[in-house]
Amino acid sequence: MTTIAVHGGARNAVSDSLTMIGRSIRLSRRNVDTLIMSIVLPLLMMSLFVYVFGGAIDTGTQYINYVVPGIILLCTGYGAASTAMSVADDMTSSMIDRLRSLPIRSSAVLTGHVAASVVRNLLSTTIVIGAAIAMGFRPNATVTDWMLAAGLLLLYVLALSWLAAGLGVIAKSVESASTLSFLMLFLPYLSSAFVPTHTMPSFLHAVSENQPITPVIETVRSLLTGTSIGNTGWIALAWCAGLLTGSFILAAWLFRRRTNG
Amino acid sequence: MIVEATGLHKAFGSTKVLEGVDLHVAEGTVFALLGPNGAGKTTTIRILTTLLRPDLGSVRVAGHDVVREATKVRGVISLTGQSVAVDDQQTGWENLVMIGRLMHLGRPAARRRATDLLERFDLVDAMNRRVKTYSGGMRRRLDLAMSLVSQPKVIFLDEPTTGLDPSSRTTMWDAIKDLVSSGTTIVLTTQYLEEADRLADRIVLINGGKVAASGTTDELKSQVGGDRLDLRFAAETDVAHAAALFDAPRGTDPLVLGIPSDGSAEHLHRVLDDLRIAGVPVVKVSSHRPTLDDVFLSLTTTDRTPARV
Repeated sequence: MTTIAVHGGARNAVSDSLTMIGRSIRLSRRNVDTLIMSIVLPLLMMSLFVYVFGGAIDTGTQYINYVVPGIILLCTGYGAASTAMSVADDMTSSMIDRLRSLPIRSSAVLTGHVAASVVRNLLSTTIVIGAAIAMGFRPNATVTDWMLAAGLLLLYVLALSWLAAGLGVIAKSVESASTLSFLMLFLPYLSSAFVPTHTMPSFLHAVSENQPITPVIETVRSLLTGTSIGNTGWIALAWCAGLLTGSFILAAWLFRRRTNG
Repeated sequence: MIVEATGLHKAFGSTKVLEGVDLHVAEGTVFALLGPNGAGKTTTIRILTTLLRPDLGSVRVAGHDVVREATKVRGVISLTGQSVAVDDQQTGWENLVMIGRLMHLGRPAARRRATDLLERFDLVDAMNRRVKTYSGGMRRRLDLAMSLVSQPKVIFLDEPTTGLDPSSRTTMWDAIKDLVSSGTTIVLTTQYLEEADRLADRIVLINGGKVAASGTTDELKSQVGGDRLDLRFAAETDVAHAAALFDAPRGTDPLVLGIPSDGSAEHLHRVLDDLRIAGVPVVKVSSHRPTLDDVFLSLTTTDRTPARV
């Protein structure tokens, strides 16, 4: 009998997570739907907003300079739906029993999905920015601005991915996971992503000003176009950090509750 | 005892699934949990493999408590569930190496182990194909191979051959026998009496969340009576005549009379002599040992007395 190091230590925890991350990335690379979602959707959304709606929306600047952060966050929302669905797929398959009967911290399963989600978002965000530049987007940002914007987006993507993972855990099926993630797709429309919020009726204006997406978008937009941020940056950071902490704890708790019968 | 379960109770809401199950499995043996659908077999296996907590009762596997020392238990067991647990979008090779890595084998060792198992389960040709292209039998083989990556002390198999064609079933049985000969303990559930009869050293028959009977196959069979001679006659009057002669009750078949026997040739001679002297012509004689089917039917059918005596 081979002896196996069963209990943990930090090295095993890291190696388990890396193995599960490798698995999730392989699975999403091979899942045609997810791949199309990550590659084609950003291109479609960019074209739709820039060429179809953009001409009719007055933002006081070039619309393409206005809309890029919004498209990035919209794609993150769609990506989150994929994440919720792939987590639900695992939770409802017999694979989860096999993984849970191994001497690993079984939440590594979720870590794998979240990391794959970050990689998919990196891909779609790169595509959005590339397409935007091809369509005439001219960012005016220093290296520091780019890094700050990337850091904030990473926090937002992590927060949304853990939230999606939590939704995937409680979903009874892959279909219901997709339904539960609907709100994450919808929120960007109720923000300053595509139109300035002052054009909305006052109650919607209040909603859009007090949800996480508006400050994140405003901050990224200011960083990329080189305009002043004011305190929006801190509000965005607070939202993202709070959301990330909350959704991480929630997802881990839901996972334990679902898997400890 | 490598697996010791005492007084297991489990309810889901108001549905009581287990009501006091005790199990003792000796190291290096094959133990079968036999029972009809809904008897509580899978629930028992899920508790033994740390996936489910019992409401009451305790389980020790290889000396470790399944609730308090779940990680230690997971280090020495493996589970092959009722439905195949493999990643369809990964290749056979990737699936096996992944499990090896999760068992902390180290990359070179995980690869060596994957190669060995692919050879052993005749999957080398398919190792670089995604599992979704595999046949049902190949998937089941890979599934079992994934359970053997860690060389576990106790292997739990939940209905390992359900849904397999006869030849895949035989392959699976051979694989199980191989494991036993290498000293592994196997706990399996099955609805197939033939499977339990062929593989198991001990059988526990559960029904309605309780242990209905336990023992070796021979012990269980003797619980429903010993050997029997079945005498077939040409006419019902002959059956009646013979029934009076041997003081035996008539069975369900009007032309057949079953009489208890010790299985010896001498008894058979005596019966045939008695019949000849009484002038009752017998058409056919067959000797019958009780099967596990008889045990199963007599113990799982609540409102019916044993079918034959």
